[in-house]
Amino acid sequence: MIKNKTFKSIIEKLIEKVFSISGLLTSILIVFICYFLFKEGIGFFKNSTIENGYGLYVNSKNKNLNLSSQDLKQIFDGNISNWKELNGINKSIEIIRIDDVFSIYSEEEIGENYENLSSKTSELIANKEGSIGFFPIEYEPKGSRVTKLPTNHLKLSDFLRGKEWLPTATPAPLFGVLPLIYGTLLVSFLAILIAVPLGLGVAIYLSELASASQRKIMKPIIELLAGIPSVVYGFFGLVVLSPFVQKIFNLPIGETALTGSLILAIMALPTIISVAEDAMRNTPRSMREASLALGATHWQTIYKVIIPYSKSGIITAIVLGMGRAIGETMAVLMVTGNAAIIPHSIFDSVRTIPATIAAELGEAPSGEAHYQALFLLGCVLFTITMIISIVSELISKKSYKKY
Amino acid sequence: MNKKINQKIAFLLFKLFGLVVIGILIGILGFISFNGLKVINWEFLTSNPKEGMTSGGIFPAILGTFYLIVGSLFIAFPLGVMSAIYTIEYAGNGWLIKVIRMMTNNLASIPSIVFGLFGMSLFVNKLKFGDSILAGSLTLGILVLPIIIRTTEEALKAIPDSYRTGSYALGASKLQTIRKVILPSATPNIITGLILSIGRVSGETAPILFTVAAYFLPQLPSSIFDQVMALPYHLYVLATSGTDIVATRRMAYGTALVLIFIVLLLNLLAALIRRKIEKKSKY
Repeated sequence: MIKNKTFKSIIEKLIEKVFSISGLLTSILIVFICYFLFKEGIGFFKNSTIENGYGLYVNSKNKNLNLSSQDLKQIFDGNISNWKELNGINKSIEIIRIDDVFSIYSEEEIGENYENLSSKTSELIANKEGSIGFFPIEYEPKGSRVTKLPTNHLKLSDFLRGKEWLPTATPAPLFGVLPLIYGTLLVSFLAILIAVPLGLGVAIYLSELASASQRKIMKPIIELLAGIPSVVYGFFGLVVLSPFVQKIFNLPIGETALTGSLILAIMALPTIISVAEDAMRNTPRSMREASLALGATHWQTIYKVIIPYSKSGIITAIVLGMGRAIGETMAVLMVTGNAAIIPHSIFDSVRTIPATIAAELGEAPSGEAHYQALFLLGCVLFTITMIISIVSELISKKSYKKY
Repeated sequence: MNKKINQKIAFLLFKLFGLVVIGILIGILGFISFNGLKVINWEFLTSNPKEGMTSGGIFPAILGTFYLIVGSLFIAFPLGVMSAIYTIEYAGNGWLIKVIRMMTNNLASIPSIVFGLFGMSLFVNKLKFGDSILAGSLTLGILVLPIIIRTTEEALKAIPDSYRTGSYALGASKLQTIRKVILPSATPNIITGLILSIGRVSGETAPILFTVAAYFLPQLPSSIFDQVMALPYHLYVLATSGTDIVATRRMAYGTALVLIFIVLLLNLLAALIRRKIEKKSKY
């Protein structure tokens, strides 16, 4: 009997341990998510600026070159035609790729197993002063008349300040996050701008004006609105909203920042409404009655007493709505047109950070610069939402302390 | 007089806003139901997609979503409930519990695509599960964990302390109290959380993009290491790719309606249970 009891209490202790471990689960998960995101993301900076396994080679006479990824893109796009523009010699630029070598030399000259390929690339670069070669490292040109351009590591400043996102460009992919950040901010701010007046209006209506039966209808409707999957919103935006926007504003395409914002506004509404309404309903009855007793109308009471009182709750509502908008993926992916260009108006098509991850991760080979760049975007997104979540928590805590 | 007119205008505006929100919901539901109902029939629900997704049905996607629901909640539900029991019944009120609460809130606020990245990096690549039901369920499980924890916490908080003290007074241990007194009375509320989580799992797309979802599979999955098709991803595919827009669009409407129907049904169920509890607690 006694044995049985100690056995039981041991079991009980054990189960309590299991409970406490699972209590720590969310904290452990956050640490894990942090670790895996940042491990992959930081790996990005170990990559060189040009494609893995390739090198860039110029003639040795061509000195003083310090080419950025941006310069390389200009060269390979044909926008810069003379080395003089880049501090080099006065020669026009001639691009040589490995395919060109095969078309210049015959198969016999190169050899069956490409054994002479390296010497042929050396020959080409050495003989043409204005040449730049882009070759795999195993066939790299050698000799005193060839200079290998130094390859830099990808830098944080290039990532944060780069104005172009061209992750698959050769020879030097561009990972400039600015267009994506601008796109994300434009779409989410616009969405909040639309959703906040509407959401606060509904919150006031629900907490102050609606009768019990009206609330009984409205509350489930708002919950349903929150429950509709984002992919359904995206689909609705794609088939209804986007043609609508295109027609109204007479645009060439309907997939614009504005369309995305409209959909996001609808998606952020439930969050804004329910958080703001909760805050307003928490206003003490005595405050309302004092205001009414002083002769204020109901409306004056609302905007002079209730709204100031629930200010921090309303701000929390807006911040949380913003968080929802920034992190939303599928709906935005489907309706904003996905052009990774810095937007100039709300009628431009944009691409947000989450949409970029969703659209490109499937095609980015694991472990390469592009893949890691997308994880770095994930880190940016993770950090933003963490800040938003902590800020909103601090705001709501502050308001509790005050009263 | 001016005050009264101001009030009238403001209140009218707010009522209008309320109507706009109702209008938006009715608009979305009405549009998708109107177009989707034409497509849905028995064959649509029970057969495979045919002819490049332009005809046939969505059965594999429905089944896939079902597997993911079962898989993710099999993982998340027990863990979430245990976690909530710890925070409410054991942890007291120290700094640790504050950190845990904050972490749970943070986890809830992480965008779903980040869970996708995490799932891909840990489950698919590091643990070598590949694109599989296992990897997808784990990812979705983490996603809904905060929902289950929160609703369970609310359910446990709602139980009056007299239940606990009464049980202790009868000589029951803490664990016995939790098992025999607290959990049974909290069950309906916990079930509500479970239902809401099912709704969330069945609608999420971003976390399954890179962990489990397949564009098209000729066979149904046979183990937890297989890929599956899933309703939300299927809708995404139908809506954005495909050569015959008119024909795939029809299928997309049908898929959207099925998806909405599942989610709304679950929400309704949760609301009904909650209402029943509220009525009960009145007496």
